[in-house]
Amino acid sequence: MAETTIQGTEVKKADPLFGKAERKLLADPLNDNNPITVQVLGICSALAVTTLVYPSVVMSVAVVFVCAFANLFTSLLRNSIPKQIRMIVQLVIIATLVTVVELVLKAFNYTVYKQLSVFIGLIITNCIVMGRLEAFAMANKPWRSFLDGIGNGLGYGAILIVVALIREIFGKGTLFAGSPIEMKLIGANNESASYLINTAAESGIGTWFSWYANNNLMVLPAAAMFIIGILIWIQRSWNPKLVDIS
Amino acid sequence: MENTRYIIIFTLVMTSAVALMLAGLFYATETKAKQNEAIFNKRAVLKAVETYLDKSVDDMGDDEVLSLFEKQVQQKVLNMNGEEVDAAAVEAAGHKGGMAENIDMAKEKKKPEADRLLPLFTFNYENGSIQIVSVRGNGLWDEIWGNIAIELNSKTKGTVVGAAFDHKAETPGLGAEIKDNPSFRAKFKNKRLYNDDGEYVSVKVEKGGAKDEAHGVDVISGATVTSVGVGEMLYRGIKYYEPYFNQEMGASKGDMQGMLIKEN
Repeated sequence: MAETTIQGTEVKKADPLFGKAERKLLADPLNDNNPITVQVLGICSALAVTTLVYPSVVMSVAVVFVCAFANLFTSLLRNSIPKQIRMIVQLVIIATLVTVVELVLKAFNYTVYKQLSVFIGLIITNCIVMGRLEAFAMANKPWRSFLDGIGNGLGYGAILIVVALIREIFGKGTLFAGSPIEMKLIGANNESASYLINTAAESGIGTWFSWYANNNLMVLPAAAMFIIGILIWIQRSWNPKLVDIS
Repeated sequence: MENTRYIIIFTLVMTSAVALMLAGLFYATETKAKQNEAIFNKRAVLKAVETYLDKSVDDMGDDEVLSLFEKQVQQKVLNMNGEEVDAAAVEAAGHKGGMAENIDMAKEKKKPEADRLLPLFTFNYENGSIQIVSVRGNGLWDEIWGNIAIELNSKTKGTVVGAAFDHKAETPGLGAEIKDNPSFRAKFKNKRLYNDDGEYVSVKVEKGGAKDEAHGVDVISGATVTSVGVGEMLYRGIKYYEPYFNQEMGASKGDMQGMLIKEN
């Protein structure tokens, strides 16, 4: 449907490190060709892990890593991969990288590993990664493929973090919960709201709008669906390039 | 057609390279991952006696958790008759390490009741000691589990002094409140496990439960199934430890013995 913009860029003789085409590879997936809001791929994990910002950030980093290096390795091997088993080879590359992420998280950030649980493993089946390997890395040079991977990972991550910000603030009243810089932003500190508007200074505990009661819808995956829908709406009305596509 | 031999060689070379690399990484991170898991389990146990600690378990660093556990917590594994099981037997049952903290409750839950192993932790503090038992049951969507701190005494026989729960897949904001909402956990404090006649009643989690001050806890509104699951889990799970509790109390309080034997 929409993934053709990038393939159109012709490859020059001597590729500059950060030429126009390279910048486009990085910037395109952030807006015009966003994997979530335009291509509508990778929705499953976007709905599931976005209750809190911190795990979403970790998830985004993991996807950027997997996407970039899977693209790089596939592109390096692209001329030696036998055509008949190319999908299997791509899957092996992705699965290896995901296992690396899983082992590293298990060793260095066990709490987040527990929080993301099965979703790290599910990066293997994330359509974004596989889609980029088939559509881009199999036909392009390593450096460009690497950039394309980073771009798409970032495009996915950006949406993830925006959704998580909205969901965490309105669903839990906190920001970056679970990380070292956890803070309580809105709502009362204990779960019974006081129904009095006071400021952070007044209450002395550092939260605003202590009358705010957490919206339970926001912690359910359905809320992410609505938020992503609204984001798509906003993006389309603001970016004229996208209007003709669908 | 590309030559079949090439495809086979390519696959072999690639898979063995990948396998070697991953195996290497696994061994490099194994110790660290094991350590993390142990700390995670220890935190879960300490959470049950959080009110007896200087600060919340979440605020503690890993080293603090380890040293506190080392200093104040003893552990052993019991069988269903309340007898202590040695580490070799525990290891033979499939729990690597053989300590109470290594016991995988999910594995135990699948065994027939008579063969189960029960982890027991004893938390010692200035004014006495508290038994921490592990329980596991079913919530709405999947399994729930927890650690329950129980004080054994001659007056009430057994009183819950703290509880901490966790879950696999309960609904965030509703069933997941058993873990996330400290006020739900706090409700279990000072609930008695036995009625005045010395019969085991456990802690009841039901609608309007809070009216029964000695044994009842209210359900979480909107999460009745999960809450009732917690009650059910406590009823069964704590009962498994009854033979051990009876022994303990019999040994320390001679005057209780007659009553306990009658009950058995």
